[in-house]
Amino acid sequence: MKIGVLALQGDFAEHISMLKKIGVDTAEVRLPKHLDGLNGLIIPGGESTTIGKLAVAYDLMEPLKRFGKDHAIWGTCAGAIFLSKDISRSDQPLLALMDIKVQRNAFGRQVDSFETDLDIDELMKATGTEHPYHAVFIRAPIIESVHGNAKILSALDDGRIVAAQEGHLLATSFHPELTSDTRFHEYFVSLAS
Amino acid sequence: MESKTGTWIEKKGLAQMLKGGVIMDVVNAEQAKIAEDAGACAVMALERVPADIRADGGVARMSDPDMILKIIDAVSIPVMAKCRIGHFVEAQILEAIGVDYIDESEVLTPADEEHHILKHNFKVPFVCGCRNIGEALRRIGEGAAMIRTKGEAGTGDVVEAVRHARTVIGAIRQLQTMGDEELMTFAKNNGAPYELVKEVKLTGRMPVVNFAAGGVATPADAALMMQLGVDGVFVGSGIFKSGDPAKRANAIVKAVTHFQDASILAEVSKNLGEAMVGRNAAQMPEAERLAVRGW
Repeated sequence: MKIGVLALQGDFAEHISMLKKIGVDTAEVRLPKHLDGLNGLIIPGGESTTIGKLAVAYDLMEPLKRFGKDHAIWGTCAGAIFLSKDISRSDQPLLALMDIKVQRNAFGRQVDSFETDLDIDELMKATGTEHPYHAVFIRAPIIESVHGNAKILSALDDGRIVAAQEGHLLATSFHPELTSDTRFHEYFVSLAS
Repeated sequence: MESKTGTWIEKKGLAQMLKGGVIMDVVNAEQAKIAEDAGACAVMALERVPADIRADGGVARMSDPDMILKIIDAVSIPVMAKCRIGHFVEAQILEAIGVDYIDESEVLTPADEEHHILKHNFKVPFVCGCRNIGEALRRIGEGAAMIRTKGEAGTGDVVEAVRHARTVIGAIRQLQTMGDEELMTFAKNNGAPYELVKEVKLTGRMPVVNFAAGGVATPADAALMMQLGVDGVFVGSGIFKSGDPAKRANAIVKAVTHFQDASILAEVSKNLGEAMVGRNAAQMPEAERLAVRGW
């Protein structure tokens, strides 16, 4: 089992150390050739405009789209934006792999960034645990709506969607890599297996 | 479920999102757009870039909030702004208008020659400059959630940035080889909080994200700083004081991502036009040095 982490910009090192913690081999992906031999890919948090521009500049868009057809991909925050088909008020590059609509910076500015606990049934079931998931949101997007085969994994009390799944594709608007809770990474590795 | 804002993990976390990226000084909305289009991960809004602050002399203060707000409106990436060292009211104003990060910066004229801002009192996160590990850990002790090595701003000469990054990273390595009984003396000699010294020894890295700043003017400079071990790069005067800002900005962004790939670095270094003129930092009189500001 080898999981790549897109290392164009953002907190890819944090994802790599979480994957190492659960005993998974990792690789940094900066160029198309780095996708060879991977079972899955994480697109980390960072600035989605920066990541998108670098992906275009180094011819990663088509290879990433092809990879996502039959491999697991998980996007956290900027990564979730990058995976989506549609975002409000922007024309930045998107992989359009997941049938979700995303709104960037949906909670306001940095002083509005927050932490909260989430009950995520699917995750608790898959990992055989009962305690809630502590989620860290940083200038976070929300998933405005899910379509087609995409389903909601988690929403806030007010109904705003913060995690979604479409087969082997996963999007979270929060950052499991900034916590010490490895359950989301375990869940993703199970999708990649 | 209850939610909490302005926590340490939130403050530190935004800096983690900026890693592997370039933060660019901009003086208006038009430059901010150019920076964003070139792939900057954040912009620093200020009225004059350091090279102009040097040339103009006088007192350098926080920028006009209206100018900062115009930049906030123009881009979707995080916007940082500078306040003077110790000027906690400038910081309160910057927090009130919604900047994403405050730089308590030696580039502006200090407002307090003994104390820095108690940054734990704010919800908005702060970045501060340092020349060595003691200065870095004092700032983190006061609540800075991100650190940048100072270099010598507005010179286009990378030598001080290298000196400060090597000094900080060298001290972290030195701590790895020390016995626990040596740490209190290390803390005393470096003027660093003991608990943070212990943490650095344990983890082998700075407790917060550490960028390089002050003198980066070329893609090679940026990659040099990354190879020395910093998490990302601030570029101040180096972009908009050069011949072709958009092209140079984009090249520096690429150089920070591909900092270990010399063939890509060669490619992005081609035909960038004139670099900023630059000033030799070694020949600069002590009174003109900005990096010595900070206590």
